Amino acid sequence: MKTIGTANARTPIKLGLLLLLCPILLWLFLLVILPQLTMLNISLQERVAPRIYEYGFSNFIAFFTEPLYWNTFLRTAIMSIIATILTLIIAFPISYYIAKMLRGRAKGLLFVLCLIPFWVSELVRTYGWMILLRESGVISTFLQYIGLVDGPIEFLYTDATIMLGLVYSSMLFMVVPLTSTLDSLDDSYIEAGYDLGGNGFSVFWHIVVPHAKPAIVSGCIVVFMLTLGNYLTPILLGGKSSLWFTEQIFTQFITRFNWQQGSAFGVLLLSISSLIVWLGLKLSRQSFSKVMS
Amino acid sequence: MNISRCRSLIAVGFTLCITAQSVNAETLRLLTWGGYAPKIVVDMFKAETGIDVEVTKSNNEDMIAKLSATRGGGFDLVQPSQDRIASAHAEFNIYKPIDMSQIDNKLFVASMLDATLKSSMYEGKSYGVPHIWGTSGLIVNSEQAANVKDYTDLCNDTYRGKVTYRLKRPTLIAFAFSMGLDPFAAYDDPAEYEKIMLQVQDKLISCKANVKAYWSGGDAMKNLMRSNETVAAMAWDAGGWQLNDDNKAISFVAPTSGALGWIDAFAIPRKSKNESAAYKWINFVMQPKVAAMITDSAGNFTASKGADDFVNASLRAKYKASFDTAAIDNIKWYPPVPAGLEMIEGKVLDRIKAAK
Repeated sequence: MKTIGTANARTPIKLGLLLLLCPILLWLFLLVILPQLTMLNISLQERVAPRIYEYGFSNFIAFFTEPLYWNTFLRTAIMSIIATILTLIIAFPISYYIAKMLRGRAKGLLFVLCLIPFWVSELVRTYGWMILLRESGVISTFLQYIGLVDGPIEFLYTDATIMLGLVYSSMLFMVVPLTSTLDSLDDSYIEAGYDLGGNGFSVFWHIVVPHAKPAIVSGCIVVFMLTLGNYLTPILLGGKSSLWFTEQIFTQFITRFNWQQGSAFGVLLLSISSLIVWLGLKLSRQSFSKVMS
Repeated sequence: MNISRCRSLIAVGFTLCITAQSVNAETLRLLTWGGYAPKIVVDMFKAETGIDVEVTKSNNEDMIAKLSATRGGGFDLVQPSQDRIASAHAEFNIYKPIDMSQIDNKLFVASMLDATLKSSMYEGKSYGVPHIWGTSGLIVNSEQAANVKDYTDLCNDTYRGKVTYRLKRPTLIAFAFSMGLDPFAAYDDPAEYEKIMLQVQDKLISCKANVKAYWSGGDAMKNLMRSNETVAAMAWDAGGWQLNDDNKAISFVAPTSGALGWIDAFAIPRKSKNESAAYKWINFVMQPKVAAMITDSAGNFTASKGADDFVNASLRAKYKASFDTAAIDNIKWYPPVPAGLEMIEGKVLDRIKAAK
């Protein structure tokens, strides 16, 4: 009786664990893996005649043979990388200031101030920028009012505007991990650095940066992925020449009814962006599990 | 405290009853354009038939995308343009043939009904009946761009950064006509059509410096025109007439090469769950008085016979000012799009968008 009891006792634990894991497994399978597999399946079909489809690679070949598509992808990837670097450069001093310079209430207050704009939806924030930057908008009118310029100036619809919007909308995802990691850096290390004759730069480079490196890399990954997959900001702020890869995907699905091509682009976006992240990890000599923990 | 709690309970109970009732009541899920099913008409329909109308606003591409995703389900009645019914059905199998015995054809302008039945024909069956028609042409601010008479005038150096149009197929076709080409004649010859489209592509790329932004929603276009950020646009007639209410200098102009005429139709999705309500709605909104109310809300005229007499005088006056008899005869009506042409257009549109 007793042996059977112990043998049985093991199964409920496993079952319990399985039940606990159930939501996350279901979520992963139903909402992440299954749609991706379906996409892959659709992307491998090519249209031969109305209502008739065959398996083939033509959708993927189209990406590499039509310069427009891979140029758009390249442009999106490069702009995303630049946006990520700019975000890092702007966010690092802010995080350092919040984590190391401030104490008590001011610290919490500033952190919340960084957070507050994100309580509003991305669409509303982007329209906010449009109101500020358009030709008949706030900034243009103000510049004319104080007499700096004669006629109205159009700030919208340029690559610089897209960059501004992208950096702004992803700032939080860099500030949060950086602040919490910098917060955990013991001040005595920095003091020791100065005691041992280091100057501002060498302390920063040899003590602060190595400590913050996992947060820098994880922040960069998140910002890069968000920027690459952003749809609203490039469309609304970029205007007639915006060209963003997600827009290509949207166009294929919605205005060209070409789900096969759209799915192929989706699969390519996922695999190429994963490749870029992998390269980034290799170059910075970080491991994915360490960065994400 | 207790009484108020009681009251709120009763209120909740009532609301539940009402919601339960409305769940039991019939509904018609209508996928249509903004303004085509104004609330007042929906309420009148509900009072007369007891059927609730759930309105979803959309556009041609979105309608096809939605229906192709569900293989013709999710809606009971949709309103694509007549030229895009047969090709979309051929490609995705999303519609049901129209049962003309359930439609009161005396309510329709006969020529429009016949034209739509013919253009929406697939394998011998018709899939659409007409509802609202209108045109695309030019919206011009006469104080600042009086010289814009045709689509190609939008590319004049004078209007650098001052014009707006959509980056969609009507623009390609309009510019082709304006350049003296005839895309409709080439509809059945993909090679010839592609040649025409490549010429239009070059024209639109060279014209890009003039474009302030490619508009996508009617409101964005109206904002650009209203704020004087643009002085001329290619857009729908109704948009021009609405802008005219705010600024007398702006109005719709029928281009010399001809306005492009469209008819938005009714079509029944293959998996429609309430066909009888769909037919009831069609017969209801085609009554002259109801049709006139829809004209007031949408800004465009309907295919309902005799409805024009009920339309308000100012809209009729604007319509007359934009279209003299010659301009009406010059309207180019869209023939049904053969399947496959949209692939060619798609690539052309992508290249224009990508060009510097």
